[in-house]
Amino acid sequence: MPDHAPPPTPRTLFTEFARMGLSGFGGVLPFVRRAVVERNRWLDDREFVELLSLGQVLPGPNVINLAVMMGLRFAGWRGALAAFTGLVFVPMAIVLGLLLLYEHFQDIAAVRSMLRGMTAVAAGLVLATGIKLALGQSRTWRALLVGAGAFVAIGLLRWPLLPVMAVLVPLAIWLEWNTMRGVKSGKLEAE
Amino acid sequence: MMDRIAELLGHFATLSLLAIGGASSTIPDMHRFLVEANGWLTDAQFSAMYAISQAAPGPNVLFVALFGWQVAGFGGTLAAIVGMCGPSSLIAMGFEYYAGRSPHARWPVLIRRGLAGLTIGLLLSTGWVLAASIDHRWTGIALTLATIVLTLKTRVHPLLLIGVGAAAGALGFV
Repeated sequence: MPDHAPPPTPRTLFTEFARMGLSGFGGVLPFVRRAVVERNRWLDDREFVELLSLGQVLPGPNVINLAVMMGLRFAGWRGALAAFTGLVFVPMAIVLGLLLLYEHFQDIAAVRSMLRGMTAVAAGLVLATGIKLALGQSRTWRALLVGAGAFVAIGLLRWPLLPVMAVLVPLAIWLEWNTMRGVKSGKLEAE
Repeated sequence: MMDRIAELLGHFATLSLLAIGGASSTIPDMHRFLVEANGWLTDAQFSAMYAISQAAPGPNVLFVALFGWQVAGFGGTLAAIVGMCGPSSLIAMGFEYYAGRSPHARWPVLIRRGLAGLTIGLLLSTGWVLAASIDHRWTGIALTLATIVLTLKTRVHPLLLIGVGAAAGALGFV
């Protein structure tokens, strides 16, 4: 890979990740790709996608996973800490500033109803994301079973996440593993 | 206050390990923990904090900083962020350190495919809990439905829709 730039220092990681964090409204990921692959050439597209898919499989905020993995790869634990601090704490100052504004003006009825309007839209954005993802998946009975189970238990019944996931995560992986094994040994999928 | 901060840190550290498909999938459990079980936030505060976080730049996970602030001020903010990002970041760094050398292993595919349905179910739960946290006037429901249709059918920027929601609310329609 001849056109890679030299690995960044922790200081560069901090300022670059702070810049990515401040650019992204409603999702930082496109800005991370642009900065890491195009502007700084720390990774090529293939390496970036590999890192991203690992970050998405692991639990936790995906972009944060990506940032700490990159920081560690380029500059050790100091790099991971620098990338995390830049990405999270610099934009956090702005969010907290907005919060203080809200607390100052929250007694005004129009401010409260303004936030209700924003929440109604935010809920729609999350639901649309879920629907988009669902449309992009191959629709199988096992995905439907696990997804509907999660929606009923967490969304409708409001059960705690820990026991629900303790049942659904192993179930989902077992169902998928069974199917992959079935396909491998030449059996047809019963769908 | 220290008790609250410790409890917040502990609970969010658990959620960090359960956050499959990103931080948003844990919002229903945060609502249960913060609003229903402990009464640290009202429904209105909970939804207001999420809405504010959506109007600011930064990674999506920053909404937990605002929940933390409502529970215990700046100490709560730090506890929420460190709890939500800490354990998962350590795991990610562990994988980068040990397993990052074999990107063609089969298990990531197995896990990603297996958990896709679960992730979608959790995201829909999050949307449902947010929609249910505001007053059930038909205009609010209409705004949510319109957002879904516009997002699916057009390439309109999310921030523009948030702005429209803010305007509709400020004018008293929601």
